[in-house]
Amino acid sequence: MPVSVKNSQVLFSAIKSAGITLLSALPETWLVHVMQMAEDDPDMTLIRLNKEEEGVGISTGAHLAGRKSAMLMQNHGLLTSVNGIVSVAQLYRIPLLMVISYRGEMGERDPWQTEGGRITEPLLQSLGIIYRKLSDPATVAYQVLQAQTLADSSLRPVALLLTRELMWEE
Amino acid sequence: MLREEALQAVYPRLKDQVVVTIMGAVAVELYNLGHQPNFFYLEHGMGLASSMGLGLAVSLPKEKVTVLDGDGSVLMNLGSLSTLARYRPPNLTHWIFDNESLLSVGGFPTATGAGTDLAGIAEKAGAEHVALADTVEAAERAFAEASERDGLSIIVSKVDAVGPTSFTMDINLLVNRFQFSDHLNGLRSP
Repeated sequence: MPVSVKNSQVLFSAIKSAGITLLSALPETWLVHVMQMAEDDPDMTLIRLNKEEEGVGISTGAHLAGRKSAMLMQNHGLLTSVNGIVSVAQLYRIPLLMVISYRGEMGERDPWQTEGGRITEPLLQSLGIIYRKLSDPATVAYQVLQAQTLADSSLRPVALLLTRELMWEE
Repeated sequence: MLREEALQAVYPRLKDQVVVTIMGAVAVELYNLGHQPNFFYLEHGMGLASSMGLGLAVSLPKEKVTVLDGDGSVLMNLGSLSTLARYRPPNLTHWIFDNESLLSVGGFPTATGAGTDLAGIAEKAGAEHVALADTVEAAERAFAEASERDGLSIIVSKVDAVGPTSFTMDINLLVNRFQFSDHLNGLRSP
């Protein structure tokens, strides 16, 4: 599977360096290595979800208890989480960090990913969620920390989109 | 049983726990019994109270966390019962008040009135301790056991579809949120 192990490690290290100790996640091809790293790391709590919106509640509880967490999901998971994002995270001013694999964008071969890919950025924009695309492994640590910092100061959700360039090798 | 009677009976224990309620009748009834800084009323995001409880419980292992939930909300996020049973935080009680109704929006019947068995779903999801408590005495006993047990507890109580006359609560939701998080941060400090 040509998912980049090296860049998955860069991303996982960046998440840890930002002080995050709890990840909620739903498996997705691009995220398998990061999830395995989280599972194997005794300092990281990984909660595997049945549906992504649960992760909004989990991160909300963790934040109110003073713990830094993030959601790890595919962009279709973002779609299914919208009510939780609006009616819990935004309503209650929760610094929800969302790390999202950006499927269905340039280079996508799976037809079923393309509709979600097409509307991911417009959706984030319409929700007023500030986001960045991660493509260069050299800047991943910096951008994850910047995103966590903005989430904490604004008390609002912030998103990072993991691009094919970063996650896929072929 | 009225939900209010059950809440009243367990209030002395509840007030020492980290409590999350759903919106509507449960929130108002607990609030009217006496608000505490460790009580959080989730006024929207139906279904996510149990997920919040999981996030709180794994982040505050020394505290007892209780989620006061309802049939309508649980039905909206049934997968959460499975996630709770999978991670079974030992300090979490998930108490579902089942009035077979979406009471606060006009009393429309939910699927539990047509046979959906939430306790059965919780058990089959893998939860080890599922109690039925349909009387005040049973509720008091089940909550005492849940509070003392080192293990995830799920309680399901059939209650009358009766709520408070007014759903207004004299607390701004953001005031509640910051009071709650300040209180929890205090608990974490040595």
